[in-house]
Amino acid sequence: MKDHATLAEEFIRDDARTNWHDETLWFVRQKRDKAAHGIPEWEQLREWASQIKNHTLSNMDRYLEEFEKNALDNGVKVHWAADATEHNRIIHDIIKSKGITRIVKSKSMLTEECHLNHYLEEQGVEVVDTDLGERIVQFRHEPPSHIVLPAIHLKKQDVSDTFHEHLQTEKGNNDPTYLTRAARVHLREKFIASQLAITGVNFAIAETGGVVVCTNEGNADMGTHAADVHIACMGFEKLIPKASHLSVFLRLLARSATGQPVTTYSSHFHKPRAGQEMHIVIVDNGRSNILGKADFRNALKCIRCAACFNTCPVYRRSGGFSYHTAVAGPIGSILNPNFDPKKYSDLPFASSLCGSCSNVCPVKIDIHNQLWKWRQELSKGGHLPLSKKIMMKGMAFVLGRPALYRFGGASARWVLRYMPFMVKFKINPWNKQREMPEAPRQSFRDWYIQNKKK
Amino acid sequence: MDNEPNNMKVALFIPCYIDQFYPQVGQATLELLTKLGCEVDFPLNQTCCGQPMANSGFAAASKDCDKNFVRNFTGYDYIVGPSGSCVLHIKEHLKDDQHPEETIHIRKHIYELTEFITDVLKKEVPNAVFPHKVGLHNSCHGQRGLGLSSMTERVLPAFSKPEQLLSKVKGIQLLKPVRNDECCGFGGTFSVFEEAVSVKMGKDRIKQHEANEVEYITGVDVSCLMHLEGILKRQGSKIKTIHIAEILNTEA
Repeated sequence: MKDHATLAEEFIRDDARTNWHDETLWFVRQKRDKAAHGIPEWEQLREWASQIKNHTLSNMDRYLEEFEKNALDNGVKVHWAADATEHNRIIHDIIKSKGITRIVKSKSMLTEECHLNHYLEEQGVEVVDTDLGERIVQFRHEPPSHIVLPAIHLKKQDVSDTFHEHLQTEKGNNDPTYLTRAARVHLREKFIASQLAITGVNFAIAETGGVVVCTNEGNADMGTHAADVHIACMGFEKLIPKASHLSVFLRLLARSATGQPVTTYSSHFHKPRAGQEMHIVIVDNGRSNILGKADFRNALKCIRCAACFNTCPVYRRSGGFSYHTAVAGPIGSILNPNFDPKKYSDLPFASSLCGSCSNVCPVKIDIHNQLWKWRQELSKGGHLPLSKKIMMKGMAFVLGRPALYRFGGASARWVLRYMPFMVKFKINPWNKQREMPEAPRQSFRDWYIQNKKK
Repeated sequence: MDNEPNNMKVALFIPCYIDQFYPQVGQATLELLTKLGCEVDFPLNQTCCGQPMANSGFAAASKDCDKNFVRNFTGYDYIVGPSGSCVLHIKEHLKDDQHPEETIHIRKHIYELTEFITDVLKKEVPNAVFPHKVGLHNSCHGQRGLGLSSMTERVLPAFSKPEQLLSKVKGIQLLKPVRNDECCGFGGTFSVFEEAVSVKMGKDRIKQHEANEVEYITGVDVSCLMHLEGILKRQGSKIKTIHIAEILNTEA
């Protein structure tokens, strides 16, 4: 499998498209800045959000039981899934028991994480993603490249081509209004015909047993209103203790994500309507494992706003697919190694550690510190390439010994001065698109001893 | 503590790559601190802060660097270096189990050059002259790590210690690029292990400075400047890089 550096290099080869991707997401970051700066108490809100989440993580057992009890009292069926397999099986069992064939799904990164669509397809069940961006990538058999803007890697003409193929729109008509209308007609047919709606969950409230789903398209509502069965899927970290805490999180979420004051639809689901069935599937899938790690647990505070994606100078220039996982970007780089350290050992290195991610995070996850800590973990676990290990141990040996360091430094300068071809070859990644620094005759230390030492 | 510079024992920390490739930055730093009245000592057996190994996942393997750093920099009131990144690494990660107290003292008393001037010496640099158009590059570890300036992501009052000093330089025309505090893409070993992204980030940063028609790009970190210089030279650009100490050390 190709690593992030290789996939990023392939992405960057198309310079114009890389610039477009970078500028589009930078525009979203700027909208976020404007929204954040419009609220004088922004930093206080972040602090509150962080504390509420920390408190919830520390009392997870209590709040999960409270949530389950209240949801059951509301007439909701609650399921517990230890992992992705169990999550998928629970959903399939519900579908099978009802003999359902037509299913719509609004955006849920958890179902991406569990590869639910793929699993259900294998069982002969077709799921229609109803978020516009997700529908576009679903037509193209691609995963989402961004957790909030799933089709952000595509341009108008790509969407036009895709719709021409799947929805028989006019070839070459790139007009966004025309294309959106076509999608609307198509999706309305699916909503009306669907028997079962799957949604994600943005917030699950312990004191009420209800869940909140935030969308801009109203697709979660259209799906659940038309269907006889609603299944809401959530990782257990979506929990918050009280409904009043929403006043903190709803103000932060959309501003951080897109710069909007609030998502167009913040829909509260408390109980099934008459004649409807409502299920909630609570998923662990490795989260307990993260909760048990002091250095990494606060990554579970994440509310999936993707502000860290939009600000990340690496993500903007390497695209979501370079992270080869459902949740990309800086937060993905600290979450995924928990699930499979070997497979995702490259991700904590897909960062210059600039720290912008931690600064925009609405729940104050110390993302860049966790990236650094993950590098140490992966090294300790033997998940890094042997060549890197040898290089770093060699450097540490030389740099830990002053005399050897001075000899090495003088030799390196000598080589650069007199035999530059030894280092100025193509395979040297520094030299590929950059000149090496010029080598002075004297080091600072040499100069100091000659001129300044008393 | 008495903040009169002549009562302080100040050690100069010159990171390894500055020692080997940018001695003029070390010289400017030493001369500047001396001009500001500090008695400065340069411990002769210093090498590297250990950051390249630590950021690559091998902090545990660079114990010898840590020990050597503690050996060299014990017994000073302040330690000052012309590199935000290396200073931040020491502040956050220096570890020597055999000398815990000395280690803590070093971590608490190491400063990047500009913050040492503005916060500890509380001085200005009144005599510097640099009649050029200069773009300031905000290095991430200095800015976001050490807090040398406010950051566009945060909703907090605006300030900048490097700008505060540069604004007093005679003749200088200081120009800010759009995306004032975006990373240049150096990132230590990131620059070689993620070469394509690193260079792309550097090129974009340069374009933003070129739009301002600057003659120089300056900053508090030689590492970012080395990366930008490498790209500028390969592109055949006329823009030069210069460390902030070299500007502040100029005289009429």
